[in-house]
Amino acid sequence: MATAPGHAPKYAQLSLIDSIGKKMPLLLVPILVVLGFLLIGSTSSWLTLTVSGLAMGMMIFIMASGLTLVFGLMDVINFGHGAFISVGAYVGISALLALDGWTGAPSLILNVAAVLAAVIAAMCATGALGWGFERVIVRPVYGAHLKQILVTVGGLIVIEQLIQVIWGPDEIYLTRPEMLKGAVTFAGAAIEKYRLLAVVFGLALFVAMRLVLKRTKIGLIVRAGVQNGEMVEALGYRLGLVFIGVFVAGSALAGLGGVMWGLYQEVITAGMGEEMMILVFIVVIIGGLGSVEGAFIGALLVGLLQNYVAFLEPKLALISNIALMTAILMWRPQGMMPVVKAK
Amino acid sequence: MSEPILELSGIHTDIAQYHILQGVDLVVPRGGVTMLLGRNGVGKTTTLRTIIGHWQTKSGSLLFNGADITSMATPARARAGIGFVPEDMGIFSDLTVEENMILAAASGPLDPARLESIFAAFPPLSTFWKSEAGNLSGGQKQMLSIARAMAEERQLYLIDEPTKGLAPAIISTMAGALRDLKQKGASILLVEQNFAVAKALGDTAAVMDDGRIVWAGQMAELANHAALQERLMGLSMEAH
Repeated sequence: MATAPGHAPKYAQLSLIDSIGKKMPLLLVPILVVLGFLLIGSTSSWLTLTVSGLAMGMMIFIMASGLTLVFGLMDVINFGHGAFISVGAYVGISALLALDGWTGAPSLILNVAAVLAAVIAAMCATGALGWGFERVIVRPVYGAHLKQILVTVGGLIVIEQLIQVIWGPDEIYLTRPEMLKGAVTFAGAAIEKYRLLAVVFGLALFVAMRLVLKRTKIGLIVRAGVQNGEMVEALGYRLGLVFIGVFVAGSALAGLGGVMWGLYQEVITAGMGEEMMILVFIVVIIGGLGSVEGAFIGALLVGLLQNYVAFLEPKLALISNIALMTAILMWRPQGMMPVVKAK
Repeated sequence: MSEPILELSGIHTDIAQYHILQGVDLVVPRGGVTMLLGRNGVGKTTTLRTIIGHWQTKSGSLLFNGADITSMATPARARAGIGFVPEDMGIFSDLTVEENMILAAASGPLDPARLESIFAAFPPLSTFWKSEAGNLSGGQKQMLSIARAMAEERQLYLIDEPTKGLAPAIISTMAGALRDLKQKGASILLVEQNFAVAKALGDTAAVMDDGRIVWAGQMAELANHAALQERLMGLSMEAH
């Protein structure tokens, strides 16, 4: 048997600056939270805004997580992702309206069961829609970015129009389930119950996604595929099947995000997904293509910054996220934690 | 004489508008190392990538173990028993060494006995088992790349310039590992620019020029024939 040479193997050592630089994105959220505290001054206002920002960030993360994997793994720019958000919202809210006996009951169990049923219905519908969308619209244009933009925007418009045909052109107003209405008071701050639920839900989803990506073989294949799909195939894995699975999962997550966002805003429209896509793309780009962790941090930054700036200087809230994206891309042109290089 | 493990007949491959392989005819015998030699840009890497299926053939046929795999997708070729070590090593740099190896065992869990023999050949992989592969040195990445191909039983290994840019001590480790693989009965199609390694490992050789095989025969014959080397590759490999 061959033996290694007599040299002591060396690990490529990172300098201190490189080590800190690599972890810097992880510090941005706490830095922003502390900065917000210092600028806002009032603890109760800061706490309310922070929870609100985290809740908003979690919901954006849910919508963006699928898109970043689709972007990274399949090199597909899918503007149709916004349609899955809208369809998810309409299907989920329709399910909630049909379960008004559960949502109106003063029972936390029944209320949560109704939300879960709505979420499952939305995810099934958007997962199936995503499967059809990939086969009919996306598959013929793999590798052609310009065509992808054109056909997926076309798909988005068609689906939005279909929503209006099925559910009507008017926006639909809704009320949250009984036990998710109102707020709890903590340290003098009023914190909406639903926002707390959104934070817990988003965190749980992030942890679950990390576990799947880090601890399972399918997660390994997805992570490896984002970096080098050709090599994954050369090891014997059918990446085409993984593509479809990720597309369907990403679409289902967009549907889940749509339900959560609809309940957050208490109103849904056919164009809500299209409107959210600006924030979703900002998150995917600043997080780094293909990075779930990057999307998570990016979404929290977007949510927190928008809430803080809207409180401190409302006129600047409109440009805060674009300014954040500009700053991050000037610092790291590939995004904070890129898994694949921009193509 | 036993059936060759791989036969390429009249293979043509285009990359975008470029006609790279222009009728490659190549026979890789079962067992032993076949060197694929030639100057830069003659189509050696394209030949390996065509065999594994990364490039589609425009015409011609590929027989592996006597079966036609010309229209087979890359994963099916890999599962049929072809291992591939690309020139850029294809390491998943954000994954740990362990994760790279787990992925390499596509058909099931890593075989502990096989892993032990890989560790014996490449001890640094054991040392850095839990480390991110992107932080390994160039030589260690190449070890991982070859180890990954060895993680499962393969009948044919396609290896593209495994010693490129490596220190002499690491090159001898690589050569030793490939010799072990050969002694275990594996068939290897090896692209290599290092003449000492080619001479030491090669049993047969094929020389490419302009997208075709222009000479095929015993490695020893080529190694001992400076005029032939000069004619086929425009240089003497000893002097190279």
